[in-house]
Amino acid sequence: MIIDTTEVQAINSFSTSESIKEIYGLIWMFVSIFTLIFGIIIGVLVIVWLEREISATIQQRIGPEYAGPLGILQALADGTKLLFKEDLLPSRGDIRLFSVGPSIAVISILLSYLVIPFGYRLVLGDLSIGVFLWITISSIAPIGLLMSGYGSNNKYSFSGGLRAAAQSISYEIPLTLCVLSISLLSNSSSTVDIVEAQSKYGFWGWNLWRQPIGFIVFLISSLAECERLPFDLPEAEEELVAGYQTEYSGIKFGLFYIASYLNLLLSSLFVTVLYLGGWNFSIPYISIPELFGINKMAGVFGITIGIFITLAKAYLFLFIPITTRWTLPRIRMDQLLNLGWKFLLPISLGNLLLTTSSQLVSL
Amino acid sequence: MSEFSPICIYLVISPLVSLIPLGVPFPFASNSSTYPEKLSAHECGSDPSGDARSRFDIRFYPVPILFIIPDPEVTFSSPWAVPPNKIDPFGSWSMMAFLLILTIGSLYEWKRGASDRE
Repeated sequence: MIIDTTEVQAINSFSTSESIKEIYGLIWMFVSIFTLIFGIIIGVLVIVWLEREISATIQQRIGPEYAGPLGILQALADGTKLLFKEDLLPSRGDIRLFSVGPSIAVISILLSYLVIPFGYRLVLGDLSIGVFLWITISSIAPIGLLMSGYGSNNKYSFSGGLRAAAQSISYEIPLTLCVLSISLLSNSSSTVDIVEAQSKYGFWGWNLWRQPIGFIVFLISSLAECERLPFDLPEAEEELVAGYQTEYSGIKFGLFYIASYLNLLLSSLFVTVLYLGGWNFSIPYISIPELFGINKMAGVFGITIGIFITLAKAYLFLFIPITTRWTLPRIRMDQLLNLGWKFLLPISLGNLLLTTSSQLVSL
Repeated sequence: MSEFSPICIYLVISPLVSLIPLGVPFPFASNSSTYPEKLSAHECGSDPSGDARSRFDIRFYPVPILFIIPDPEVTFSSPWAVPPNKIDPFGSWSMMAFLLILTIGSLYEWKRGASDRE
């Protein structure tokens, strides 16, 4: 959380000596970081459960039902199973690259959760370059995939890793251009400012209506970055072997699985922040303060509503990627690269120029 | 500085979150036999043939090279794109000249087929 004046006063009220103030500040930071990490883990478990339930419904079967009521604990059961599996290291593979590869993919995605706002001051780091930080740090993930593919000493893994890296970097550019268009509309790259700029007029103020082309390009690009169907090539291309994940077993394989769902949650939260208005209660003409008689964004109630609204929007949006995964077929590698370079890149560049000209004209 | 301290602590904690699970299986590991078939590369049932790193498809090589060009294009566009009401039309048009040069390069690449196939 941002340590600003009110928190400092709250911390000051606990004590008068300087060192204890420092310690309380430090404890406050650790509490917020661990709350975020705990929230992320719970969020990923919810997504896994949601995906299994939705896929079961689409395929007209019953999903997980034995682990916990309604199969809620199934993801935990799978993770625990993976923890106890044997950790194979392939012969003549590069052990260090092999071991570190999945961790790099997870680390780069976890670091991007720094800049997601759940409320006006509920953001771990209110950087003025917020969204740009996400773009740059998520570019580290292809390095992890290449390390995994190369260190596996397997021709198919290597080829899968190369394809995964080529896919990831090809779709970064349309993604960045869409994000740039949004920050152009909000005159800032900070995620908090972007949400604040959508707070007027209820849901008519969403960036979704001001950037429809950008939203569609962002949706496609983020699905490709997450390596979800229909861009599932790196995981299932060779159809029997699992691409760069072939030689993995145990918890390292679990880390790839977690990285995929972390990335999906991150993309949905960014769609919420960039296009769907963040933590604002988006029904126009009803504002919570008038309804409940409290000051705007003050008090625990307002903060809780903000967190709830952000998560509700993100999870409602998640239905779209999950349904897409179980509905559309996979596209080939050359179709994928053509889509990225020859279709999405000119469209997103045109979108950026269109937005720039509209901003200049309206000055 | 105080606004960056949560970020620094988070930078330390998040690698720990992803590296600690790598060490968790060790207490439960048994001295099971590791025989060559288990450790060799998986090739759908047949014996692995050849070296895994002999050669790879050359068509993967141009993709990152051709990525190098739009990547600084986008990076240099971001200081330009954020404050459009603080730069004069001179700023916008100079950026358009930069984008025009890169677009001409991209058109040449498209026509020559460097981004075709895989």
